[in-house]
Amino acid sequence: MMNLGSIGKRLRVLCLPILFAFGVLGLTISSASALGGFGGGGSGGDYGKTLKEVKSKGYVQCGVSQGLPGFSNPDDAGNWSGIDVEFCRSVAAAIFGDADKVQYSPLSAKVRFESLRSGEVDLLARNTTWTFDRDVALGLEFVGVNYYDGQGFMVRRNLGVDSSFELNNVSVCTNTGTTTELNAADFFRANKLKYKIVAFEKADEVVAAYDAGRCDVYTTDRSGLAAQRTKLSNPREHKVLPEIISKEPLGPVVRQGDEQWADIVRWTLNALIAAEELELTSGNIASHKNSENPKIRRFVGAEGEFGTALGLDDNAWAYNIISKVGNYAEIYERTVGPKTPLGLARGANALWTKGGILYAPPLR
Amino acid sequence: MPPSPVHKTSYLRSLWASRKGRGIIYQVLMFSFVTLLLLLLVSNAFYNMEQRGLKAGFGFLDRSAGFGIVQSLVDYDETSSYGRAFVVGLLNTILIASIGIVLATFLGFMIGIMRLSSNWLVSKIATVYIETFRNIPLLLQILFWYVAILKPLPSPLDLFAKGESFSFSFNNRGLVFATPVPQSGFSLVLWALAVGVLLSVGWYLYVSWRRRISGVHLPTMLPCFAFTLILPAMVFVAVGSPLEFSLPVMARFTYDGGTTIVIEFFALLWALVIYTSAFIAEIVRAGIQGIPYGQSEAAYSLGLKRSQTLKLVTIPQALRIIIPPLTSQYLNLTKNSSLAAAIAYPDLVSVFAGTALNQTGRAIEIMFMTLSVYLTLSLITSFVMNIYQSRIRLVDR
Repeated sequence: MMNLGSIGKRLRVLCLPILFAFGVLGLTISSASALGGFGGGGSGGDYGKTLKEVKSKGYVQCGVSQGLPGFSNPDDAGNWSGIDVEFCRSVAAAIFGDADKVQYSPLSAKVRFESLRSGEVDLLARNTTWTFDRDVALGLEFVGVNYYDGQGFMVRRNLGVDSSFELNNVSVCTNTGTTTELNAADFFRANKLKYKIVAFEKADEVVAAYDAGRCDVYTTDRSGLAAQRTKLSNPREHKVLPEIISKEPLGPVVRQGDEQWADIVRWTLNALIAAEELELTSGNIASHKNSENPKIRRFVGAEGEFGTALGLDDNAWAYNIISKVGNYAEIYERTVGPKTPLGLARGANALWTKGGILYAPPLR
Repeated sequence: MPPSPVHKTSYLRSLWASRKGRGIIYQVLMFSFVTLLLLLLVSNAFYNMEQRGLKAGFGFLDRSAGFGIVQSLVDYDETSSYGRAFVVGLLNTILIASIGIVLATFLGFMIGIMRLSSNWLVSKIATVYIETFRNIPLLLQILFWYVAILKPLPSPLDLFAKGESFSFSFNNRGLVFATPVPQSGFSLVLWALAVGVLLSVGWYLYVSWRRRISGVHLPTMLPCFAFTLILPAMVFVAVGSPLEFSLPVMARFTYDGGTTIVIEFFALLWALVIYTSAFIAEIVRAGIQGIPYGQSEAAYSLGLKRSQTLKLVTIPQALRIIIPPLTSQYLNLTKNSSLAAAIAYPDLVSVFAGTALNQTGRAIEIMFMTLSVYLTLSLITSFVMNIYQSRIRLVDR
């Protein structure tokens, strides 16, 4: 027979794990309800949530690639560069007036949307193709296009191939978890050509396998081909075939449900393009601060309340972007342009006035 | 002294007072807690999906997949469904896991026994092998072997001229051989093979029965060999060789036709077998050393040879120690085969949890299916191994 005191003592000892368990349960419930409010599609309850969070943590968490030269690529010291990275910096400049207030999350093609949806990152600037399914069915919002790309093929020069339509009975190396696999399948099927697709998880392994002769053809976005070619043991022995087999509008993505945040990111992109249209650069924008031109006055924040309308503290948000980062042309020339190792001509990415398709809606 | 509380005890309190009763209470609490947690997680997932405008469901499995797969054991092309792609990935996983398990077991037993050899060189070689391969991360080994196998192999362009046909080749695309095309009458050969297998089993049972009652050893290997190989071969010739081969032909860039086992299969298999066999070798060594040396001494003094001692006395006893950890190694090998995605072997994770997941965005459904597959494969493996374990366990008399 045990006396009451010792029962009580035992009870207390035994209750500890149970209490602990219920504690965990409580935590789960509270975090679940917190999560429940996250990015709720169309409920309207999340309006302004992302900006508030970004402001309170003091930086923009930007999802980028795991290393694609020209787009988002870390150097030996861990500093990121590339056209997508510059976009992240532009968003930070618009919000904080400081382009360095960005943290980068390198994401694989596979996890990028889940990371965005779960709130791990605030936006994706990760050479992501805008498609119907992604925009409509996945709870995502594409805000525009920062690089018009198209998928192409790269082959060894010594194969003597001049056109993609000659590619019959080939092994094709590419990445999994991207639209390229489907595009390649569509191309070969439509043209009744035989192919075998060899799909790797990471771009570096695709490059290694193609370099080692596993495949006759390497396919991805043409900008990607230009970037990856620089990693091959002898880049001159390879060439990109002229055909573009798919449209790949690459653009920044945000969660659905927070229209304010989508507007900020969208107008950051528009501001970069508008600045090129207005011929405002990081070098000359300071001298235009007191310009007479009403378009420029609105752009630099001397007229209108565009910043506060977006929920930003500063009406000179666009001025900050251009003075801290530069306009679209400057970014392009720095990252992927003809003078960089990628050597990509502007092509479709030139302004609409110069034979391209870049066009910013009016800022008014 | 307060009066004893016994008379006032309620039913619950009496339940609490007994050790068994307390056990029941704890288990009920624990069970309801776990159930609640699971329910919460599931409903939370559904709630969040609904919030983001996502619909759960497996309807997407009937949709056309649209992507190609480099190697499939069943018919598959771009018009096949996602469900079909799932089956292709699953079969590729099972293929590599089952062949890997067999090879790793053989190699592991060999290395494990080598390590116990009295020959200094042999045992040191085994030690170095084990310590090297089990201490390097598997992913690194896979990537290393992939490049190490891929680089030195010639490309089909180096080997064949355009229009040339060949029956067999090992090149940097994989193992390529002529596809056998069965003609009419080939089913007879298959029947002969089935009969041969049945005869072999019958013969084996007969031999073991004879040995039990009379102690006479009859040959087993040779007759079984004759039944399963020579009998079908004779039928094959008698029917008039009802098998034709469709040869791969060299085209402009690579060959066309034939059957290919992709090079990634060999690289992954090689890496998995090398890695797992190092662990199995240690398990085998531990198992053998776990048998008291007196057993071997007794066997020697009965006049058994070294090899006989190992085969008839030591290993049968050691198996009881070896089987449980060996099972975990089998499970490890199966699960590790999911690293295939790194080198483009189209296994379940690469095809289904990779490409299909990205195309459909059905993360929850696809991960659920993929997890269930690995769980099922693991449970089947341990079930089979448990049956074997219970058959060889020490029976008290």
